[in-house]
Amino acid sequence: MIPLSWYLAVAAVLFSLGLYGALARRNAIAILMGIELMLNAVNINLVAFWRYITPQQFIGQVFAIFVITVAAAEAAIGLALIIAIYRHRQTIDIEEIDLMKW
Amino acid sequence: MTLMQIAFLIVSAVTILAAWGVVVGRNILRNALALIVAFLGVAALYVLLEATFLAAVQVLIYVGAIAVLIIFAIMLTERFMKQERATNEQWWVVLVASALLAAILIFLVGAVEWQVTSAEIGGQPIADLGRALLTTYVLPFEVASLLLLMALVGAIIIAREQEEA
Repeated sequence: MIPLSWYLAVAAVLFSLGLYGALARRNAIAILMGIELMLNAVNINLVAFWRYITPQQFIGQVFAIFVITVAAAEAAIGLALIIAIYRHRQTIDIEEIDLMKW
Repeated sequence: MTLMQIAFLIVSAVTILAAWGVVVGRNILRNALALIVAFLGVAALYVLLEATFLAAVQVLIYVGAIAVLIIFAIMLTERFMKQERATNEQWWVVLVASALLAAILIFLVGAVEWQVTSAEIGGQPIADLGRALLTTYVLPFEVASLLLLMALVGAIIIAREQEEA
């Protein structure tokens, strides 16, 4: 059997890569992709804990399904915002979208 | 080392390499294609965890819907497919911070004694999952459908062409 800690380690690496992508990139779509990676890493954790700690109850899987739902909503709204900003300002570079920065 | 462990190592290596390809590099379209591989790798991890329903959902929603949505957005903003600089000025701070976070998390994961049970999944997993969603977790289930409806309407309103007032 694969140890639980292996899954958690992979999820930790995925989360950190997603964090780097979300905080270091300039393209707004790349930031969204980093956030999606982070959400996937969290889901791996939830499913791994379900399988190794409470395989008789489905709490972990149910939570993962809700995370996927929220991720889908977040992707739809985020990309709609990016399209709207692109239409107004002809850019999706977050360093140029500084209207609300004082 | 068992066959399952070798399969796990291959799958996680592919997933992490693909995730690396998502965050590194200037061509955003290549990042998006690497993201698809990362999503498929996560689906394979779900299969290894015997969460077959979630693996199917992962392929359908992430690979089928979210990745396609992201590629659509990239095509609509095609001037930004290639940038001279893909990262902002504080990228090295973020790099150090996320490497540190990964190191701390892996250390903690190794240090904790996990209370693992060797119980098998009983009964019919998918039928039981559906029953749990519609009985115990029916309220969050309904809230989630409301959230999806609001996201649908909101995305249409935000992204539509504004008429000149």
